[in-house]
Amino acid sequence: MSRPVLETQGLTIRFGGHAAVDNVSCAFHAGSLTAIVGPNGAGKTTYFNLMSGQLPATSGSVQLDGEDVTRLSAAERAKRGIGRAFQITNLFPNLTVAENVRLAVQAKARAAASLWSRWDHHVEWIKRAEHFLEEVNLQDKRASAAAALPHGDKRKLEVALMMALEPHVYMFDEPTAGMSVDEVPVVLDLIKRLKAAGDKTILLVEHKMDVVRSLADRIVVLHNGQLVADGDPETVIASPIVQEAYLGSMPAAESKGAAVS
Amino acid sequence: MIQSALSGDLPRSRVLSFLLAAIFLVLAFTPFLFSGSQPINTAAKICIFIVLVASYDLLLGYTGIVSFAHTMFFGIGGYGVGLALYGWGPTWTSAGLGLVIALVVGTVLAFVIGLLSLRVRAIFYAMITLAVASAFAILASQLSEYTGGEDGRSFRVPPLLRPGSVLFDIPAIGLRVDGRVLSYYLVFVSALLLLLAAFRIVNSPFGRVLQAIRENDFRAESLGYNVVYYRTVANCLAAGMAMLAGAMSAIWVRYTGPDTTLSFAIMLDILLMVVIGGMGTLYGAVIGATLFILAQNYLQKLMGVASEATSALPLIPHLLHPDRWLLWLGVLFILSVYFFPNGIVGKLREMVRGR
Repeated sequence: MSRPVLETQGLTIRFGGHAAVDNVSCAFHAGSLTAIVGPNGAGKTTYFNLMSGQLPATSGSVQLDGEDVTRLSAAERAKRGIGRAFQITNLFPNLTVAENVRLAVQAKARAAASLWSRWDHHVEWIKRAEHFLEEVNLQDKRASAAAALPHGDKRKLEVALMMALEPHVYMFDEPTAGMSVDEVPVVLDLIKRLKAAGDKTILLVEHKMDVVRSLADRIVVLHNGQLVADGDPETVIASPIVQEAYLGSMPAAESKGAAVS
Repeated sequence: MIQSALSGDLPRSRVLSFLLAAIFLVLAFTPFLFSGSQPINTAAKICIFIVLVASYDLLLGYTGIVSFAHTMFFGIGGYGVGLALYGWGPTWTSAGLGLVIALVVGTVLAFVIGLLSLRVRAIFYAMITLAVASAFAILASQLSEYTGGEDGRSFRVPPLLRPGSVLFDIPAIGLRVDGRVLSYYLVFVSALLLLLAAFRIVNSPFGRVLQAIRENDFRAESLGYNVVYYRTVANCLAAGMAMLAGAMSAIWVRYTGPDTTLSFAIMLDILLMVVIGGMGTLYGAVIGATLFILAQNYLQKLMGVASEATSALPLIPHLLHPDRWLLWLGVLFILSVYFFPNGIVGKLREMVRGR
């Protein structure tokens, strides 16, 4: 197999005496979609934060495209192609929906920090932002303040911000959490389209097992901060350690799509 | 043309546009509209404070940085020009050189403070700036050999700007342009240009990133914006603008001293002006500075008139006695902050949206 795009080696973070992520080594390849599952408090989001740079690792390393990025800031990692959508919606609340996305588009542009050009004259950013708004079906809300959006739309905007970065590593942290049933397909279709492109590395933290089954090529299971299982979906779900650690004794419930928590 | 000068950031409220136009016209023609020294002094002070408050708004309203060191930069600009004119003689060269030295020293200081301390939480940053500003104020009064200490320095400005130099005088239409009028227009035009530059900056891509940082610095960082870099540059820009305001002030009052530039009282005035006018709008700086300085200069007079007019009534003339003007100023501020939490500009824009 080719060189992994993103790789962690012995990645650990301790809060006091507690290892929230404990010696996790894992590699992620281009063109694959890996679901990271585990019970609440297993360290999934913390693992994401370590990889995308929101938290500093206590020990271990993170490699992106063969480069050690462990000591780099979140901003530097974002510039190198890690895109992140957050579990807890993380927007610019008093800016409009369009402005939110435009800021993400702008981040990679050469004139991102231009002091003297006019923001509203960068037509190419406006067009790009509009494209990503359409991707998540928010084009009709472009002028509302992000804070005024209903929850489901905030989740979509959260995803749109990551999309607009055009990264090559996409990290979705429960993208559909709290969305109404008819909104979920918009986001799932989007992830499927990304996957179909074939060259992106996609990581997905997700509780809904039907979503995981339909999207993932591979499942990684975290439990108490440790990697306890890693493999193709059918094997992992069937393995005894996962049945015990994560799915409990009711495999029938999750197959209906109930959130396991 | 107006739209382009304001970088597309229009007032978006008819009342606000009217107020701004009125302020602009009155300030533009003050030397010819009023006689006596108080109106022109007040107008010049308004111009200077519009720049100072706008530069503070760049920090507080646009970037979300709480700094108490803004008067320090105002002072550095004032002292730079003032001490240069005092020490090297009243020429344009010494004024220019003093300004350049002030800008270099002040920008380096702003850069260092920013770089060292903009990583820490907002409250710590506020404390650090408070400490640095206090230290600077003490330094300025202790180095009395150079700075004149508590007394400050009075100095002469270049001959062209002195009251005695009459450019032209047409008594028939009451038009007399002397050095004082010229100084006023130097202040007025500088203020106008600096304000328009500030509009340009806040409406640039850089300015939008500042707003993003104010809204959610964590997310801005996650999108790839180096938050410390942006905050530091904003800090330097705001400091630079404050120093230019300080230089304008020095040229106008021909004096520089700790009470007029470095005092914490001025810092509080700036904060009040930003909040009353409306943070994060720049127009708020114009409205806030104008109202505040008018109130400071004319409330006492107005109350004297009101007290006279109501002298036949019981109690009221005592309440309106000119000696109570500070009390009423305080009441006005409390009311304005209570009723306009987003400032006057915020309120006016809400009214437009509500319709």
